[in-house]
Amino acid sequence: MSRGGRMIEAYIDGIGIFMPGLIGWEQASKVLAGQEAYVAADPPKLAPALLPADVRRRTTEHIRLAVEVGTEAVRNAQADASALWSVFASSESDGAITHNICEEVAKAKPEVSPTRFHNSVNNAPAGYWCMAVQSRAPSTSLAGFDASFGVGLLEAVAQVNAENQGVLLVAHDTPLPEPLHSVRPMSAIAGVALVLAPTRGARSLARVTLAIEPQVRGFSRLADAGLDGLRTGNPAARALPLLAAIARRARDTLLLPYVHSQGLRIETGPA
Amino acid sequence: MTPLVLTHYTAVNALGRGNAAVFDALAGARSGLVPCSFENVQLETWVGEVAGLDDAQVIERLAEFDCRNNRLAQLALEQDGFAQTVLAAREKYGARRIAAILGTSTSGILETEHAYQQRDPQTGALPAGFRFATTHNLYASSDFVRRYLGLEGPAAMVSTACSSSAKVFASAARLMALGLCDAAVVGGVDSLCRNTLYGFASLDLVGREPCRPCDAQRGGISIGEAAGFALLERPEAAATHSGVALLGYGESSDAYHMSTPHPEGEGAALAMRRALASAGLEPGAIDYINMHGTASQVNDSMEDKAISAVFGTRTPCSSTKGWTGHALGAAGITEAVIAALCIGHGFMPGCLNARAIDPSFTSKVLLANRQGRVERVLSNSFGFGGSNASLIFGAVT
Repeated sequence: MSRGGRMIEAYIDGIGIFMPGLIGWEQASKVLAGQEAYVAADPPKLAPALLPADVRRRTTEHIRLAVEVGTEAVRNAQADASALWSVFASSESDGAITHNICEEVAKAKPEVSPTRFHNSVNNAPAGYWCMAVQSRAPSTSLAGFDASFGVGLLEAVAQVNAENQGVLLVAHDTPLPEPLHSVRPMSAIAGVALVLAPTRGARSLARVTLAIEPQVRGFSRLADAGLDGLRTGNPAARALPLLAAIARRARDTLLLPYVHSQGLRIETGPA
Repeated sequence: MTPLVLTHYTAVNALGRGNAAVFDALAGARSGLVPCSFENVQLETWVGEVAGLDDAQVIERLAEFDCRNNRLAQLALEQDGFAQTVLAAREKYGARRIAAILGTSTSGILETEHAYQQRDPQTGALPAGFRFATTHNLYASSDFVRRYLGLEGPAAMVSTACSSSAKVFASAARLMALGLCDAAVVGGVDSLCRNTLYGFASLDLVGREPCRPCDAQRGGISIGEAAGFALLERPEAAATHSGVALLGYGESSDAYHMSTPHPEGEGAALAMRRALASAGLEPGAIDYINMHGTASQVNDSMEDKAISAVFGTRTPCSSTKGWTGHALGAAGITEAVIAALCIGHGFMPGCLNARAIDPSFTSKVLLANRQGRVERVLSNSFGFGGSNASLIFGAVT
């Protein structure tokens, strides 16, 4: 283990996914393993059952997306959601709210909605998640532009190792409305969640080791053109090559985007 | 955790530029709050504004990052020789071995606010030349600081509302414990914008007068802007340092409400207990607590209960928001620097602007400044969404 390329590792015990044509790990894993064709259908309306109806009404698509994939990953891992630490990674946070408040405060006499304002903090999805699962465990929300998944994964796996904790990682981004879409385009909604554990368990799907790779020229891609378009169309979908390797139960070395021109080198294989 | 020294630190806020200006205002009981005249905001409130940002510019090679938030970040990097200290560390460890983990709440959203004031009346399009990725995007200021300092180690922008730039210490400490880096630049920056001024006003949390933390008559927060940074190193590796170390961190979630803290401060107390456990210290080892103390009714009341529950009624505590205002995502680093200054100067601030401490409070809230030995300080930062962080700093030789 070189001093410059120190590695950390974790087990992936459960996966949640919500992207066009990839709804839930059971279906998505067949597509990502190449057993079923990828069809980029519009995703269904998000209505995560974990949120009570009155709470759900106060939330946005961005918040519901995080809760949806988080719930699925925890269920698949058969983990205790309240005991997991959590990391939420999003490049643009809640674009619909950003748009609405920026529109409002451009007026001479702005009237900002208090609910919208408290939902505008970038840790709003984390707040709703912790309330829904009644968790007082630490929770972090962070961003790394197109590398937000990589930045979130490194933070989550660092928590797994340094704190000897199970950690839920949620990466999610929703396309921004116009006129913001023009300056930060995203082609589709995408959410992915991983339950990460320090030791191998009965539900462990894969073992991953991470290291930062300086100056990467090309990142891992997907063979299917539709899936690869999805990968580059949303920062959270940059996770897809990792999910595809897990779906294939393959031993693989991947390069996912990290900040600047750097990469996250991920060695993955069956647990 | 294994203690990490603050090799160096600095801050810019309403009190001025750099550590000496900040400490002089603290010791002289001079508030930085002024009546709000920010842009054309029509709110009767006071703000902690940093002077000179309108006329400042970021360095030429990073011109595409120019915006109020990055100007403020750069201003802080330029104080107290902070950037030079980081460059020396870069020589020593290599750029890839130094992390940059920063915090913000709203990043450069002011740029987008300006762009929305100039939308094309026909098409609704934003003005040509509006740069989003390098200004408003959440990661923009981390990117800017990393490029300014030429760092290539792990990086992130933590954005958990008002706990953001406290939680960066925890993230950096983990990365260092795992050997993913040898040093870390931590800190944060948040700048005034219409979003937060009108947003907090919509929740009826903005005070009409300069904020009065812990006062029985406290009437809400004064919003501020600030930037601050610290360089963390392992004690045995640091050739020189500031005499202050990060001893522990504690994080928790309220799981209670989006914009109201748990009324008994259970989440806050949990963060403080975890910080003590992380530092391996008993509550009695803490000499002074720098409160989150926003001067909102609910925050100060729950924080008093939480402090009393963990520390009893004898540990001196106070909030410095009456000096700086509430710098939101930059509050954590602002008060981390104040904690370090308190240790360095043997100083405990009071609650500036407060006239009489809330009689329902049971913790030992200081009304006036006092001198005395300060070896260890606990600093609290609590944010919307129930995000809590407590840090412990201590004197080291």
